[in-house]
Amino acid sequence: MKNIDFLMAGVGGQGTILASNILAEVGLQLGYDVKKAEVHGMAQRGGQVDSHIRWGEKVYSPLVEENSADYLIGFEMLEAARFPHYLKEKSLALVNDYRINPPLVNLGKASYPSKKEIEALLLERAGKVLWVKGTGIAKDLGNPAMVGVVLLGSLSNLVGGEEEAWLDVVGRMVPQKFIELNKKAFIAGREVTD
Amino acid sequence: MKKLMTGNEAFAYGAYLHGVRVAAAYPGTPSSEILANYANYPNVFAEWSPNEKVALDVAIGAAYAGTRAMSTMKHVGMNVAADSLFYAVYTGVKAGLVIVCADDPNMHSSQNEQDNRNYAKFAKCPMIEPSDSEEAKQFVGIALDMSEQFDTPVIVRSVTRLSHSSTPVEYTEEGPPSPPEELNVYKRDPQKFVMVPANARRRHPVVEERLKELADFAETTPINYIEPGNSKLGIVSAGISYHYAREVFPDATFLKLGMVYPLPEKLIREFAEQVEKIIVIEELDPFLEEMLKLMGFEVQGKDIFPILGEFSPSLIRSCAVKAGLIDAPPAPPELKSDLERPIRPPMLCPGCGHRALFHVLREEGVLVTGDIGCYTLAFAPPLSAMHTTGCMGASIGVAHGIDKAGVKDDVVAVLGDSTFLHSGIHPVIDVLYNQGNTTTIISDNNATAMTGFQEHPGTGKTIQGQKTKVVDPEKLVRGLGYEKIDICDPYDIDKMQKILKDHVESKEPSVIISRHPCVLSTREKHTPPEVDPDICINCGICLEIGCSPLVQEEDHVRIDTMLCNGCGLCVKVCPQEAIIEK
Repeated sequence: MKNIDFLMAGVGGQGTILASNILAEVGLQLGYDVKKAEVHGMAQRGGQVDSHIRWGEKVYSPLVEENSADYLIGFEMLEAARFPHYLKEKSLALVNDYRINPPLVNLGKASYPSKKEIEALLLERAGKVLWVKGTGIAKDLGNPAMVGVVLLGSLSNLVGGEEEAWLDVVGRMVPQKFIELNKKAFIAGREVTD
Repeated sequence: MKKLMTGNEAFAYGAYLHGVRVAAAYPGTPSSEILANYANYPNVFAEWSPNEKVALDVAIGAAYAGTRAMSTMKHVGMNVAADSLFYAVYTGVKAGLVIVCADDPNMHSSQNEQDNRNYAKFAKCPMIEPSDSEEAKQFVGIALDMSEQFDTPVIVRSVTRLSHSSTPVEYTEEGPPSPPEELNVYKRDPQKFVMVPANARRRHPVVEERLKELADFAETTPINYIEPGNSKLGIVSAGISYHYAREVFPDATFLKLGMVYPLPEKLIREFAEQVEKIIVIEELDPFLEEMLKLMGFEVQGKDIFPILGEFSPSLIRSCAVKAGLIDAPPAPPELKSDLERPIRPPMLCPGCGHRALFHVLREEGVLVTGDIGCYTLAFAPPLSAMHTTGCMGASIGVAHGIDKAGVKDDVVAVLGDSTFLHSGIHPVIDVLYNQGNTTTIISDNNATAMTGFQEHPGTGKTIQGQKTKVVDPEKLVRGLGYEKIDICDPYDIDKMQKILKDHVESKEPSVIISRHPCVLSTREKHTPPEVDPDICINCGICLEIGCSPLVQEEDHVRIDTMLCNGCGLCVKVCPQEAIIEK
């Protein structure tokens, strides 16, 4: 059983915590030892939120080490760009093609890096940057807040595990009345990497 | 079955499982979710107390009465509760009393990074420290047993990474053993429980003797153990740092301490005999390191690992490489790009009433002594309208002191409703009593918002969902003797401006209640306004309120409708009337 380290990065309010909970739970269902770390509190007020999820035979630290992450899941382009130093060589960056300006950019006092620049930065470590129109897909399905489930759908093909196992966990962890919609979002995300 | 739980969920589960029936706390990151989770279990009483001292007294009372009890708090909450901790160590308890206290290395959401292990030594109170969620669950039970065996409160220490990390926990649907059928009869024992000097003098030697017995207990408790490994390097560690260290030194011999105070000297000696060199890996203060040095062991610690901030496997590895303890692992090439990545600090939410208030305060140029809550974010640009913040409830006393020092500035104290009820009542009494003229502004959003919308005495509901009496801050200050009191929704900017001017010019002590419910809890949302690009001159005045949906484009400002809450504050501040309500 090989260790898999995931790093999720997004902006408070985007649903990274639910997505990281689902990813951790899937690991447990697949028989891994699992640990997950994130910080709640002030970070939720539109600040950066990052989650570390580790699957392995035996996991000690809940925090992923630098140069070690197998997957970076970016909910927002700039947030993904903060973590290339966590990636191991030939790892994969799966990034939501979506931009949320930080305050300094809104105020015209800093500029938001271009998608090309972000991709080049991530490719210094990652073997591949996979852009997913996650927020767009989720919005088309009726709720942009499902972006995390779309991204997990895309990720699931790359990580492995039966589709049913993933869908089962998604169904258990999202609010009851949105189960079917979230399953649709997951499958739509999965189709991106089919 | 195994279930993923955060450390906080596991503390709550452990408390339930081990028969805690009364628990009290004031919310504080990273500890808040312990009580919130505990309150959902059947047949338990949980309460949000107005502050940590009250919470600890409640738990102490329950333990005196023969019921297992718990109080939870963040590290700085212990400062508030410390007076009670110290007396409880002297009196002892009857049933088990556990205090779960969570430190915040790196200050993810705190004003300092004090190491509360020092409280264990200071108060002469035993402390144990779990390293993952399974241990969090178990250690609450161990603490309760220790508490009853040694007749003392026991502190269980957490840190942010433990409280907020999820790891597997052995879980069953079975609850704790059933509660006693009869009501306890309080066993009166004033010599033990009345801490007048004569009694306290009799109790102090008991405390000292107890510490010796606890040190003996530490020698044999299974939560302190040696993990055999390579004899070249021995590592002493506890809590979450143990797991980081395990990643970096897979072959070393470990002394894993579940009990961090008092320490097992014989066990440490046994460990020391097995290894050539001892390194202590602990976040924050050299707490274990200093005690080991006092015992005469030759150890290294803070000369290798920092005293500041939070540890991680990466940090421990790089320090260990620098100190020559391990070889540098093969690393990928350094990143070449120096791409500028603008920071994304947390901000007040769109539609937040605090923003409207602080907009007015900035416009009026008053000196603002602030407090702890979401509104502390108003110190940052572009609002830049808060000038001091120290701890819960400090705003009012600091404003009064500045006034008494005789400065020309108009000073106002600003604090939230929950913070006011936590520790703002005594300072408003002080202002009144000592002939101050401070204006206190209670920015009342009817929530303990920053820590996750917990109920408080002003919301009319308990943590367990019962309706209850509402403590109304207006009636409260009127009852104290304040006569100059105004209540205003800060979105009525003109009115708020007038009230503010009137209050700061007045020689009378006064209170303004700036009332606007937290939009995250009411979920109130309106249609976003639109910017008319033909009228907008791109002056940037609306951007000064620091609201994230307002984006400066090349020729005009745009509103991001996905983020906008439609509160209309920008409509009010635009001097060109270019932002139009829909």
